[in-house]
Amino acid sequence: MRTRNWWMLGFIVLLTLSSVWVVLPGTVLDIGGFKERHPIREGLDLQGGLQVLMEARPPDGGSVDKGTLDGTRDTLERRVNALGVSEPLIQTRGGNQIVVELPGVSNPEQAVAVLQQTAQLEVIDPAGYSLSAGMQVQTSLSQQREAQDAAAASPSPGASPAASPAATAAATAASSSEVGPVLGETAPTPTPESTANGPVFTTIISGTDLKNAYATTDQTGAWVVAFELQSGAADTFYNYTSQHIGQQIGFVLDGTVISAPVLRNAIGAQGQIDGMSATEAQNLALQLKAGALGVPLQVVSSQTVGPSLGRDSVDRSLLAGIIGLGAVALFMILYYRIPGVLAVLALLIYTSITLALYKLIPVTLTLPGIAGFILSIGMAVDANVLIFARLKEELRSGKTLARSIEAGFDHAWPSIRDSNISTMITCAILYWFGQFTGATIITGFALTLFVGVAVSLFTAITVTRTFLRVMVDWGMIRNPWWLGMGRLEMRAMAGD
Amino acid sequence: MEHIASRRNTWFALSAALLIPCILALIIHGLNFGIDFTGGSAWEIRYTDSVDTEKIVAVFADNGLPNARVQQVGDASEHRYLIRTEEIREGSEEKKKITDALGTLGTLVPEDESLSTVGASVGTSIRNRSVLAVAAASVGILLYIAFAFRNTQRPFLYGIAAIIAMLHDALIVLGVFSILGWLFDVEVDALFITALLTIIGFSVHDTIVVFDRIRENLANRVASSFEEIVNYSIAQTLVRSVNTSLTVLITLAALYLFGGSSTKNFVLALLIGVVAGTYSSIFNASQILVAWETHEIQNAFNRIFRRKQSPSATTRAA
Repeated sequence: MRTRNWWMLGFIVLLTLSSVWVVLPGTVLDIGGFKERHPIREGLDLQGGLQVLMEARPPDGGSVDKGTLDGTRDTLERRVNALGVSEPLIQTRGGNQIVVELPGVSNPEQAVAVLQQTAQLEVIDPAGYSLSAGMQVQTSLSQQREAQDAAAASPSPGASPAASPAATAAATAASSSEVGPVLGETAPTPTPESTANGPVFTTIISGTDLKNAYATTDQTGAWVVAFELQSGAADTFYNYTSQHIGQQIGFVLDGTVISAPVLRNAIGAQGQIDGMSATEAQNLALQLKAGALGVPLQVVSSQTVGPSLGRDSVDRSLLAGIIGLGAVALFMILYYRIPGVLAVLALLIYTSITLALYKLIPVTLTLPGIAGFILSIGMAVDANVLIFARLKEELRSGKTLARSIEAGFDHAWPSIRDSNISTMITCAILYWFGQFTGATIITGFALTLFVGVAVSLFTAITVTRTFLRVMVDWGMIRNPWWLGMGRLEMRAMAGD
Repeated sequence: MEHIASRRNTWFALSAALLIPCILALIIHGLNFGIDFTGGSAWEIRYTDSVDTEKIVAVFADNGLPNARVQQVGDASEHRYLIRTEEIREGSEEKKKITDALGTLGTLVPEDESLSTVGASVGTSIRNRSVLAVAAASVGILLYIAFAFRNTQRPFLYGIAAIIAMLHDALIVLGVFSILGWLFDVEVDALFITALLTIIGFSVHDTIVVFDRIRENLANRVASSFEEIVNYSIAQTLVRSVNTSLTVLITLAALYLFGGSSTKNFVLALLIGVVAGTYSSIFNASQILVAWETHEIQNAFNRIFRRKQSPSATTRAA
């Protein structure tokens, strides 16, 4: 028994030290950059920024499938990365919504405009340049679009919505007829026309020409992305590819090369891209699909929070937390004496483990999340209150100190377990509810409360118990007064 | 120890006295639903100096939003204004125009601006989900209690008593916010639903602790009658219930007094709910068990529906 207590105590000390290490801010003692990779994630309401919930609304009024939505999310992810936002959050929600959170964005108007663009997929002629995935390129189609947008925007803003679908169609037609003569030449491909920003590549076919794309395996079992083209584009593509076997071809999404395979044979209505892992194939298929559809996104709800507004809330909540913790500690010590001190110690350990978990999971901390955490402090104390109340009862019934401690824990356990499980059920439902409102505010609260309740189960049962056992082993508590027994009560018991 | 269980009719009457104004307020006035439920925009701006709210209203009216309501929030020295209006899209021309017009009234502090916009369709779905979430929480808890108390004679009785106590707490919080909405224009938002669900969890948490004692004392046959056992169990858990609520109330009070203004209503809902939850677990949930076991509830129903007492009810007496 004794050695087991010591092992437990050692384990608790180790756990606490590592938690404190994780929680402590700054780069002090940061081994291998671990702490830098696990910062505390602050929600929008704390650090300011933009949250938008967007709904995919296909032009034909139909619905989007999961693959397309995932592809659209990937497209958004790439654009957000281009915006240079740290720790963005982009998630699909339900069947047709995407939620985007951009913490610390200073220009929300611009960010919304960037997000709302429709994805533009093109297949380009590398024209002798060596392409690789991730390269930013300019294409003939994108240049035409920009020119048209500028032309449409300047005279009358009212004309722009009507102009865009027609513009896409015209651009597609223009690019395919332009490609024709170039393809006829067997001579080395001419150098593309250069601008100040580098070469402009010729668009062979665009997203609207792509019928379908999916990841599959070929006869050898290797992963490939298979794609199908619309009948009109198939001819154009066959003409081009039959002339360029052995050369690279570039798949470009929103001006970024996403794949640059080498042509092995001529491709007509159907083709495939190989040389990828399963995940790569799936990602590429999603990107191609989303780019092909170009699903327009409508902002259905948004939230912008100014940066200093959030800072103020953090400071206030922190102050509230410290005052709350202090007041609870005072109450516990005054009412429960030695066990109260142990409970407060357990509470501090609880706080450090919980905060460390927030960093490791990671839990995005929001204002209600902080409220959830502070509330969970109150609930963590509850487990201790239950145990100590039980301990006193066992002492009153005339048991020895050591036996009372064990009996107190055993009897308090069912009610601690049942009450905490019911709180966890509520947390799970809250989390689910939060998923649909498009607000990390609610899911954040549910997650912090859940983590808090789970950790409090551990600290109440393991930490407080071990402390009490070790103290009895050491003979540190002989007098039951220290456990909150009244003097008169003790005298009465001794008189029995 | 006072005999809590034998005075159960007093406690039921007290709860009824609290519930009636709450229910009346909910029926007559209802709740002021915020933009999370109705759709629209809530725009908070801050000036470096005081600005006439009428002028802000006029800016919105000039831009085709005649229903904008402007309210000064926070300390008067902070010059913060909250405007509730129809949907204004982030990044739209409209927003830019209004921002420019607002800028002519005084110097705006852009770092302290916040705008949240909720589409009408999203609002409706949040409202439906809220009802579903509360219902799902109730069913989940009912099933868990029935499972945890499966060794007692009537596991579902415990579940139902806990749910009634929980609804009692939820109704009181809803009622208070209905009254606050009536008198002070306080709105309920998605965060309020979060508070409501937390209260449900806490209420049941507290009830289970008392029920657990009843379960244990029943197994040990510490007293002859069910009423005695319940009374004894309440006496044993009373100090714990009060202490736990106190610690939670201490932390919540700290949050209410020192926390940010955006969580004030949320914390207030929790404060009311925790007090109601503690009260109902002792004075309602356990008393419902006693009233059922002594057939008072069944007899009351029989009187209401003017039926003869069913023979099964008499033979079931313990």
